[in-house]
Amino acid sequence: MVEAEPVGPHHTPLREQFEALGQQREADTLGMWVFLSTEILFFGGVITSYMIYRSLFAPAFHIGSGHLDLVSGTAMTVILLASSFTMALSVHAAEHGLRRRLMLCLALTLVLGLAFLGLKAHEYYHVYQERLVPGSRFHLEGPHAREVQLFMMHYFIMTGMHALHMIIGAGMLIFLITYAARNTYKNYTVEICGLYWHFVDIVWLFLFPLLYLFELRTR
Amino acid sequence: MSTHPHLHRDDPKDYLHCEYGIRSWLFTTDHKRIAILYLVSITLMFFVGGAFATLVRLELITPQSDLLQPETYNRMFTMHGIVMVWFFLIPSIPAVLGNFLIPMMVGARDLAFPRINLLSWWLFTASGVFVLITIFIGGVDTGWTFYTPFSTFYSNSYAVAAALAIFINGFSTILTGLNFIVTVHTMRAPGMTWLRLPLFVWSNYATAVIMVLATPVLAITLLLVGIERVFRVGIFDPALGGDPILFQHLFWFYSHPAVYIMILPGMGVVSELVTAFSRKRIFGYHFVAFASMAIALFGFLVWGHHLFVSGQSLYAGLVFSLLSYLVAVPSAIKVFNWTATLYKGSVLLATPMLYALAFIGLFTMGGLTGLFVAALGVDVHVHDTYFVVAHFHYIMVGGMVTAYMGGLHFWWPKISGRMYPEGWAKIAAGLIFFGFNLTFFPQFVLGYLGMPRRYATYPPEFQVWNVLSTAGASILAVGYVVPLFYLFWSMRYGKIAPRNPWRASGLEWEEADSPPIKHNFEEVPTVTKEAYHYHEGVRLG
Ligand SMILES: [Cu+2]
Repeated sequence: MVEAEPVGPHHTPLREQFEALGQQREADTLGMWVFLSTEILFFGGVITSYMIYRSLFAPAFHIGSGHLDLVSGTAMTVILLASSFTMALSVHAAEHGLRRRLMLCLALTLVLGLAFLGLKAHEYYHVYQERLVPGSRFHLEGPHAREVQLFMMHYFIMTGMHALHMIIGAGMLIFLITYAARNTYKNYTVEICGLYWHFVDIVWLFLFPLLYLFELRTR
Repeated sequence: MSTHPHLHRDDPKDYLHCEYGIRSWLFTTDHKRIAILYLVSITLMFFVGGAFATLVRLELITPQSDLLQPETYNRMFTMHGIVMVWFFLIPSIPAVLGNFLIPMMVGARDLAFPRINLLSWWLFTASGVFVLITIFIGGVDTGWTFYTPFSTFYSNSYAVAAALAIFINGFSTILTGLNFIVTVHTMRAPGMTWLRLPLFVWSNYATAVIMVLATPVLAITLLLVGIERVFRVGIFDPALGGDPILFQHLFWFYSHPAVYIMILPGMGVVSELVTAFSRKRIFGYHFVAFASMAIALFGFLVWGHHLFVSGQSLYAGLVFSLLSYLVAVPSAIKVFNWTATLYKGSVLLATPMLYALAFIGLFTMGGLTGLFVAALGVDVHVHDTYFVVAHFHYIMVGGMVTAYMGGLHFWWPKISGRMYPEGWAKIAAGLIFFGFNLTFFPQFVLGYLGMPRRYATYPPEFQVWNVLSTAGASILAVGYVVPLFYLFWSMRYGKIAPRNPWRASGLEWEEADSPPIKHNFEEVPTVTKEAYHYHEGVRLG
């Protein structure tokens, strides 16, 4: 691969409130970490609610989980893990000023992210066809129907919030790719976006076993 | 390349006069101007919330419901709570005084993220518009606590609109907190070590941690309430299989720490005032600083004291009760240290100091009655009575609003460049102190006698105390309106303020003009002294 020229300091304008680039970088990075700590509590609230109902209504949640496609869930997990890998490669490329490799890795990350969202959309459509979307159209025979609806509600809130974060992440990647194409990126911006991307992946690593692997545990 | 900050060096104009026009205010990224934007917004909301309180107090003059229908009364006290908690108290000291002072106190030109700071204010404004819309279409009657299943099913009011307003408001709070944390960590001037930070910064830092870690839980909880109300899925509604106690846990996991968002910044202000007007270094700096962090930490562990009679297990109740007592320790440390700072100080009873002394007394009352309600047995007796109402108003109004008023007067010369009229200010402070106690002390008695909160009617034997309380409220209202006038007046006619009219320590007094220039300091200062170095003499500028 042809090495692009390293990124010079003139690509990283110093904003007026800062004294030095190092300080700016430290502030931006810490800002992302603090933001992610907010996010943990945001997801934490709904995960707590899910865990409580899962222990209260185990049989119903078992049934609900059975309606999700384990194969596609596993595929989504693999795709996301792969995207985290390509994101890590992007950060590495940015640090070493390898612009073309950076663009390639970012593009791969974006494709993997979109593939995840595609599978997710397909799964939503499937659930919709089965009439398992909570609300007036919800239809399920059996004694646990009401609690299964509760499961599905949590499923949609948790995965929906996660998907929203993925969409924001994809938008972020598109910006990074255009900056890289114009060679106007700051190397640590890639790192900060990487933090966000990995965080969203980690959230999925909690959602996947909680929602999909119910079956395996209780079998 | 001159992307570097010293563009405004040779422009001596202060931040109020360096640019003109409405756009230079609404799209400013200067933390001081954003503080002014917040000041205007929350003052407006304070009087909106106050109008609801006025209606509540007027209704309660008589035992029957005559001025308001009970349904209307429910909406009035709910809107009073919502507006005062989220649109006045939570942003009050952090978003106005914190925004104005934290960058200056740490020796920085601005917060770490000025544009995010502006975004915070815009989100706050958007949420304020939503809450005003909620009021105009009819308001909410659930109480500010949105308890389920009433809020998700039975209430015929606009719970979703109000929840949306608070949801947006939450993001504004989170972004403010994020900005403060990053600023304190990364923007301190050379020599400004953590243990040289003014205690105002410490307490706002502790507040910011709570803002960032508690507010998202409120956001997700309100989202769940909205989803349940719209989609009719039983997340919290027992009739649909949900658990209403879960709502209470999630809500108070946010709202108890939020109480500390509404008091810690006030403690920070009082630490500044007590030292400046005693001309002494604070007694036990480390204890006061770490007490703020301890309060923030313990605040996350005590939410269950709001569920003593909600069907929570007795053992959980015992643990939450004991943990709640624990909060009294750092709070008491602060009170003792302020008192010890006064000892042998050369005390000057200027208006800000009057507010600070009022704070110490009223906060102590509020804190001690907090121990009553944290005790399992006593709480069963006073739960949901006016005793609780009086307790938290002693903290929120007697504490936070008093500290806010004290801080506003203290830093007014810095903010406006003018002195406020001392005589009028003392009269207003006196009216507030007297009016406040007359309003809320009778409520302790009422609550102890068993008058429940949130009813438009009451047995006739409670009338005397209620009339006293309403009389106090009218004095309190005058006390709050008077400063509105003289502060406005002083912006034009007040005496020109020198750089350091109080001869106080701190970078904002010693190194910055009144009012400061856009980037606060001509030169980024280098700090060589401890905070509150009154014994070594203070630079007057
Ligand atoms: Cu509490």
